[in-house]
Amino acid sequence: MLRKSIDFERNTSKAIQITFMHKHFFLLMSRLKNDGEEIMKNLLVLGAGAAGTMVVNKLRKKLPKDVWKITIIDQDTEHIYQPGLLLMPFGTYEPEQLMKKRQSFFPKGVDFIQAEIEKIEPELNVVILNDGREIAYDYLVIATGTTPRPDQTPGMNDPILWYKSVFDFYTLAGSIALRDALKDFNGGRLIVHIAEMPIKCPVAPLEFTFLADAYFTKRGIRDKVDIVYVTPLEGAFTKPVASKHLGMMLDERKITLESDFVIEHIDAETKTIVSMDEREVAFDLLVTVPVNMGADFIARSGMGDELNYVPVNKHNFLSDTYPNIFALGDASNIPASKAGSVAHFAIDLFSENFVNYVNGRPMDHNFDGHANCFIESGNGKGLLIDFNYEVEPLAGKFPIPVIGPLALLKESRLNHIGKLTFRWIYWHILLKGRYLPIPALMSMAGKVKVTKKEKERINASN
Amino acid sequence: MPVIEIAGKQVTVNDEGFMTVYDEWSEEIAKVLAAQVEIELTPRHWEVIHFLREDFKKLGESSTSRHTQTVGGFPIKEQFELFPKKPAKKMSYIAGLPKPKGCV
Repeated sequence: MLRKSIDFERNTSKAIQITFMHKHFFLLMSRLKNDGEEIMKNLLVLGAGAAGTMVVNKLRKKLPKDVWKITIIDQDTEHIYQPGLLLMPFGTYEPEQLMKKRQSFFPKGVDFIQAEIEKIEPELNVVILNDGREIAYDYLVIATGTTPRPDQTPGMNDPILWYKSVFDFYTLAGSIALRDALKDFNGGRLIVHIAEMPIKCPVAPLEFTFLADAYFTKRGIRDKVDIVYVTPLEGAFTKPVASKHLGMMLDERKITLESDFVIEHIDAETKTIVSMDEREVAFDLLVTVPVNMGADFIARSGMGDELNYVPVNKHNFLSDTYPNIFALGDASNIPASKAGSVAHFAIDLFSENFVNYVNGRPMDHNFDGHANCFIESGNGKGLLIDFNYEVEPLAGKFPIPVIGPLALLKESRLNHIGKLTFRWIYWHILLKGRYLPIPALMSMAGKVKVTKKEKERINASN
Repeated sequence: MPVIEIAGKQVTVNDEGFMTVYDEWSEEIAKVLAAQVEIELTPRHWEVIHFLREDFKKLGESSTSRHTQTVGGFPIKEQFELFPKKPAKKMSYIAGLPKPKGCV
């Protein structure tokens, strides 16, 4: 499809690919001492969130302990159940229900280091910690996630506003502060806002909006609250069919949608968000999803894109540049949702691939971008969406053994129960890498395909 | 995929009217596409378009607004001035590239 002039670039990338393969070949050969005996290998995992924890659990079972040492590094010891942060402001959980010690999820035979990372020296296969220690590796997995960065939008973290009338809910501190602010909110304009895509859990701000509508209704003050959903996207969500459906749900709840809004700054004095094309929306309470970025040490190591995400192959997570570095979970640049479910499906396949790769066999378990997310819609109901790189979220049924089919893209009580049950599954099955009867690759079973005519209609209405 | 005629040439487009074949694009076609979205191309517009074409050749994906700002040196504010309301979408449309995918 591309013109001939790019052959040069193709050839260059072929040359890089060959060097890349050579490097890995030497790594594989260095497994053996002169007498043929295997020497110890170091697998180093950066980040002990959902992705990093699942990786060490999966791989400790697969890699022999007499050959592989596995080490995981994190800056702190609290593992937070992040999906719970969305529900905490509405009183569903107390903070202690969402926190457990990271170490309690590591299997035997995994070393934990608590430290901040200064940088990676990818040419020397060393990670430098900010206390000066140097940790050598043979293979490295970067799983340091993504973090909300209010400092990236002028005015957002102004002390006059931050955690007084402007809140995030993707952090424990933000979620707790917002819970208190919601209790004291008795009317006015609530803006739910997304600064820039991609963000962690892209459905969460919509869920927050639906839950806020239900919360104020229950308190009997919904008629005193004007809710506005402000997004840089063209509609309520990223993909057309779901966007239309979720957009209608906003309409039904009398929530105004302000689309194509790319924030430039927040004016602290007038409590107004201002867009790049000079639109202004005033607020009494702003619940924002700040710009999300990968860890700063990735930028310091010269390994990230413009948002500090590590460029990798979207099917097997191998770094585009280094043959012994992978990035998993939210830390990579794959064009999938930044969500625990994506990390879970990805790591099921990655763990098979990794064992093949370090034994010189091809990585033949290709990831398809599978995501599966419950969407809370308020009043004890929820929706479920299931999609991948190619297939957008569709309506229909999602088959699950024992529990039975769950409705896709449709509100139901069972989907809400599914979401609440998920916290138990997360702590007891998911993190520990135990078997969960949901296939890693997306299936079309039960989904209703969209006809060409419907597709044209949806495109026309967008 | 539908094939339509733009500036006297056969051009393949998707359901939303975005060109799907990199090589079918020409500056003449870009002028017609720009007129479709009510934009008159100035030298600065062309700088952006040429950056987007080159960048796509290297990375195989359409540039996002942030990438166009950080790597191309065109501030997002200016992108909004040049391609009002929906810059990322309009820039790709005129440059004959797919809609940027990063939004998931």
